[in-house]
Amino acid sequence: MTPSAAATSGTSAVSSAETSAIAGFRSRGSALDAGTATVVLLLLGAAIFLLIGCLQSARFATLTIEGIALGSVYGSLALALVLVYRATHVINFAQGELAMFTTYIAYELGLHGLSYWVAFALTLVIAFSLGTVLQVTLIRPVQHRSVIAVVIVTVGLFILIDGVVNWIWGGFFKTMHSPFGYASFDVGGVAIPHAYVGMVIVVFASALLVWALFRFTKLGLGMRAAALRPAAAALVGVRVDTMLAIGWGLAAALGAVAGLMAMADPSQLFLSTTLMQPILVYAFAAAVLGGLESPAGALVGGVLIGVSTTLIIGYVPQITSEMQLPFTFVVLLLILLVKPSGLFGRREVRRV
Amino acid sequence: MRSQTSALGSLLVAAAVLCVLPFILSDYHIYLAAEVGIFFIAVLGLNILTGYTGQISIGHGAFMMIGGYTTAVLSRDHHTNLVVTMLLAFAICFVVGLLVGLPALRLSGVYLALVTFALAVSLPQIPLQYSKFLGGSGGVQSSQTVSNLWVYVAAWSCSAILFVVAWLVLRGRVGRAFRAVRDSEIAAVASGVELPVYKTLAFGISAAYAGVAGSLFVLALNGFAQPSEFDVFLSLQILVGAAVAGLGSLWGILIGAAFVGLLPQVSTSVPVIGAQHGRDVIFGAAVILVMLLLPDGFAGLLRKIRRPARA
Repeated sequence: MTPSAAATSGTSAVSSAETSAIAGFRSRGSALDAGTATVVLLLLGAAIFLLIGCLQSARFATLTIEGIALGSVYGSLALALVLVYRATHVINFAQGELAMFTTYIAYELGLHGLSYWVAFALTLVIAFSLGTVLQVTLIRPVQHRSVIAVVIVTVGLFILIDGVVNWIWGGFFKTMHSPFGYASFDVGGVAIPHAYVGMVIVVFASALLVWALFRFTKLGLGMRAAALRPAAAALVGVRVDTMLAIGWGLAAALGAVAGLMAMADPSQLFLSTTLMQPILVYAFAAAVLGGLESPAGALVGGVLIGVSTTLIIGYVPQITSEMQLPFTFVVLLLILLVKPSGLFGRREVRRV
Repeated sequence: MRSQTSALGSLLVAAAVLCVLPFILSDYHIYLAAEVGIFFIAVLGLNILTGYTGQISIGHGAFMMIGGYTTAVLSRDHHTNLVVTMLLAFAICFVVGLLVGLPALRLSGVYLALVTFALAVSLPQIPLQYSKFLGGSGGVQSSQTVSNLWVYVAAWSCSAILFVVAWLVLRGRVGRAFRAVRDSEIAAVASGVELPVYKTLAFGISAAYAGVAGSLFVLALNGFAQPSEFDVFLSLQILVGAAVAGLGSLWGILIGAAFVGLLPQVSTSVPVIGAQHGRDVIFGAAVILVMLLLPDGFAGLLRKIRRPARA
């Protein structure tokens, strides 16, 4: 039996609920229980609310569109966090700094005369290799020890990357132009910046590519198996360690997309080492809202966090942009207290 | 018994050295030694929570910030005696720690790490919003300032008191409950440990320690509390100190605190690496290396040196 065929049979042995959980990007399929239905209805309601608001007021529409664009960036980083979490049940606290680092690499490539999209593609490749190498050299040795050990290593990585970037590029702000330009579409009196449309398209296209990889390739199947049942996957011939390393690589590449798209926002004028720190907190909230295990949930969560923060800052005078982070913190806390499994997460059942 | 005697002996030696140091050090070096004392308290506090109770926090800088602002604001508005402000910082942070510990009851592992990290990143935004009361980005200047020697004496006296308190708490009933929670929550509950009580208590004690450290931290900065001093890196540094010291042991803390307190100053004089980024590179690399090579930090190393045969 070839390894991949073995992996297929290994996965099909798992119950159908779990199979759809591994598929992850799909909803629960046939087992559409009451909880999922409620969530879908709620999301539908939110969408209708936003649509009516946008038709009523141009200001509302502007804020909503900004929220969707920023939210897709949060969602992209959240997706990176979720990929790592699903595979190893730890959070990579350096995910945001890694994204910042790769954004500096793209900046440097741009300085050497590469066109934006060539630099973009090259950056993703570099980010992928960087993620893989980091997983193999730093994470793998402590992986089996404890959650705290892995978290501390990623915290070390956080500080290290910050130091290295400041070392190489200095603390001065760098400017990067938005690849989508600074013009806007005019839709019924509402200005929609090209950049926002571009950001959303790039983020969702990259997420779709990752989904297709997981869904339709043997590699993706192996990765799903390695994440769900490492021991069983190893028995049927999946190289679990390799799969985890590739997972880190993919996460780093998605993070790079998040960093580059954060810089593509026309209001993001300067590239600095703190670029991704607030975005990491929004991505945390997004990932937790989505259920921390669900890639689709991460994207939906990102957009929800983005839209709700921009709308609240736009309409509630007491909550200024200074309060965006504390507000997100409160939201994060509330989600965890009220519904720790998020919108699309499974309730964790632990065997004693 | 022998190990207890030698532990007591090394403690006495450390205390004696700390008493002599102010007479031989320059004012600047006294300041550095005070800084080490401040981190000693913070790392000790985090170790009670993370090392002994198994609850990870990446947000202890936030508690330091609350303690520091307590001192600065009380001194600015009421000219409160600074020692009293430190006691109040301890009490306020104890309560805040209990409050943060409450949601932590339902969270564990990475979720707790997420929440505390988000707290550390978002709390420095609060003074920017309430700038009338908390001074905005410019910060709060306390009405009294103290000498470096004052901070040194205060920091190390607090360290000594809090160390003894921690030792007494951890060796008794409470400490056993903490360790039971760390090793297995389910087993702890099954053997009659009231999980909510001990988890929140650990958070409260740990935050209160950080509060005192923050109060002293502000006094060491000439009584000046500023949001930028309490950025997320402060929280990360405390965690780094605890990891270097060794989680779940009290004996490595001095080394962890010295590492975190002195490295920024030492690395500025290193020619190639120089300024702040050099500090970050060394911090980051060091913590990763420690985690890879010394899983139990310096405390583990000490244990290995003392009993190599049995390992």
